[in-house]
Amino acid sequence: MEPTLGVESALRAEPLRVPATGSRRRPLWLSRRRRRDFWIFLAFAGPNIGLIIAFCWRPVIQNVQYSLLDWTLGNKKAFFVGLGNYVEFFTGEGGKVLLTTLVFTVATVGGSMVIGLLLALVLNRGIAGTTFARSAVFAPFVLSYVGVGLVWMFIFDPTFGVLSIILKHLGAAVPQWFTDPSLSLAMICIVFVWKNLGYCAVIYLAGLQSIPSDVLEAAAIDGAGRWRRFWRISFPLLSPTTFFLLVTTMLSSLQAFDLIRIMTPLSPGTLTLMYDVYVQAFGGYNRAGYSSALATILFVILMVVTLLQMRFIERRVHYA
Amino acid sequence: MSAVAADRIGRPRITPRGVLGEVFAGYLPLVAATLIVALPLLWMILSSFKPPGDIVTQDLVVLPTQWTTNAYQTASAQVDFPRLFLNSAIITIVGAAIKLVLALTTAYALVFVQFPFKKVIFAGILVALMVPAQVSLIPNYTLIAGLGGVNTYWGIILPGLGTAFGTFLFRQHFLSLPKELLEAAEMDGAGHFTRLLRIVAPVSAPTIATVALVTIVNEWNDYLWPLVVVGRQDMMTLPVGLTLLKNTEGDVSAYPVLMAGAVVVIVPVLILFAFLQRYIVSGLTQGAVR
Repeated sequence: MEPTLGVESALRAEPLRVPATGSRRRPLWLSRRRRRDFWIFLAFAGPNIGLIIAFCWRPVIQNVQYSLLDWTLGNKKAFFVGLGNYVEFFTGEGGKVLLTTLVFTVATVGGSMVIGLLLALVLNRGIAGTTFARSAVFAPFVLSYVGVGLVWMFIFDPTFGVLSIILKHLGAAVPQWFTDPSLSLAMICIVFVWKNLGYCAVIYLAGLQSIPSDVLEAAAIDGAGRWRRFWRISFPLLSPTTFFLLVTTMLSSLQAFDLIRIMTPLSPGTLTLMYDVYVQAFGGYNRAGYSSALATILFVILMVVTLLQMRFIERRVHYA
Repeated sequence: MSAVAADRIGRPRITPRGVLGEVFAGYLPLVAATLIVALPLLWMILSSFKPPGDIVTQDLVVLPTQWTTNAYQTASAQVDFPRLFLNSAIITIVGAAIKLVLALTTAYALVFVQFPFKKVIFAGILVALMVPAQVSLIPNYTLIAGLGGVNTYWGIILPGLGTAFGTFLFRQHFLSLPKELLEAAEMDGAGHFTRLLRIVAPVSAPTIATVALVTIVNEWNDYLWPLVVVGRQDMMTLPVGLTLLKNTEGDVSAYPVLMAGAVVVIVPVLILFAFLQRYIVSGLTQGAVR
C-alpha cells in the first residue's frame, strides 16, 4: 500500500534519505539511475495516481463515513445515526429496490448475451455482408444513452409512437409502457439489450474464431451434427468468453443510470439501486447520508463482481 | 477466414437444404439484426425533419410529408444548442486530451521506469474501474462544490481525469514492445522524456488512436456527473441540455424537437464510428474495461 500514499509524502521522504548514503557502495535502490527513475516515475505517473486517489479512492472511503450520518445535502449540520441508514434501507424499500435491480441485471445480462451469441454464430458463417452487419450491430454500444433513450421513448409512446401505431393497425392492444411499472422495467431492459447486444456479439465472434477448426472438422467427420458440435465443442470452449461477458455486462448494467433517468424517471418499476443513489441525494430528497449508504452497498456489489472477474482473468491466462 | 472454416466443416455446398439453411440461418437473421439496429436511428433522423402534423396522427407516416428544419429551430429556441455543443466539445476535447497524456505517461512509467511496488500501484489504478460515477457522486460533489467548481468547466472535467482504461490499454501495448527498441535509445543517452516522445509514442500510434477515440466518445456521452455539477443552462453539456428539452415539452408535438436533440448528440458519434470503428471496436473489446 505504501506507494499509494501519494506524491507529497514520497517527495518529502526522498531528500531525507539521500544525504544518509555518503559511501560509494550504495544499496542498489539508491544508484543514480534508480534515483532518477524514482523522480521520473513520480512526474509521469504521479498526477494520474493522485487524481485516482482523490476522485475514486477517497469517495469510496468517505461514502462509508457519510453513510453513518443523517445529513441533508448542503446542510452544515449532520447527526450520527450509526447503521441507521442501512437498517432503514433493508427494512424499508431495500427489498423491492434490490429485487428490481436483480431483475434488471438478469434480464439485460441474459438477454444481451443470448442474443449476442446467436448473432455471433450467424456472423461466424462468413456470408456476404457480415462485416457491415458486425459494425452496424456494434454501433449502438458507442451512442449516448440519453440520445438513445429519447429515441426509444418516442418509439414506445402509447399514442404517437411508431410501435403503438403498428400494433393498432394490427388490431393488438397497446401496452402502457410508461404507466405500468413492470412494463416500464421491461421497456428499459429491451432498450438496454438493444444497445449492448452488439458488444456481446463481437466478443463472442472473437471467441468463436479462436476455436481451432480442426477440432470441429474432426467432430463433423465423426458424424456430429451442427447442434451437437455447438453444444459439445463450441459452447464449452467459449466458457472463458461467456464468463468474461457475464462479468463485464453485469458491471455495465449495474451502472445503468442514464436510460432510467431519461425514459422512466418517476416510475416505481425502474427504481434500481444505481438510480436510487441519485434520487435520494439529487432527486429532491437531498438525503446525502442515506444515499451514501446506498452507494456503499452498490460499491460492495461491484467489488464482488470485479473480484470474480480478476479470478477469471487469472484462469484465462492458464487457459491460453 | 471463418467462411473457409464453415465451408470445410459443412456438407457439399450447393444442396437445396444448404441454400435454405444459408437463407434462414444466415441472411435472414443478419438482415433482421441490422434492421433492428438501424431502423430506430433512421426513424430518429426522419422524425426530426417532420412537421408536427406527421407526428400527431394515427397513421404511419414514414417519410416527412414536408421536409422541415422547424424542429431544429424550435430546439435551438428552447435551449441554446450552439452553446451546448460548444460546451460538450470543449469538455470532450480538453478532458480527452489530458486523459490521453496522463494514460501515456502513467503506462510508460509503469512499464519502463524502475520503481518499487509497480504491480501494487497498477492494481490501485485499476480500482478506479470499479468506482462508477454513482458511487463517487456525493463525496465528489461536496469536494468540487466546496472548491467552487459548480457550473464551471474544470468542475465538470476534473473528477473524471484519473484514467485507468487508457493506462491499462497502453500498458498492455508497451509490454509487447521489444526491449531492444528502448535499450538502443538509452545507449544514445536519450532520457525518458525523449524515449517516450520519439520512440514509444510513434510506434504506438494505433493504440493512441484507440484510446483517444474511446475516451472522446465516453466524455461526449457522459451524463450523470455533468447533470449533478451543472445547474446553469449556459454551462450544460449536450446530454444534460437534452433533458431540459424533455422537461420543457408541453405536448407530444415536441417529439420532432426531441428527435432533433437526439440527432445532435448521436450523429457526431455515429460519423466518428463509421470512419474509425476499427480503432473504437478494438479498444472497447480489448480487455473490455471502461
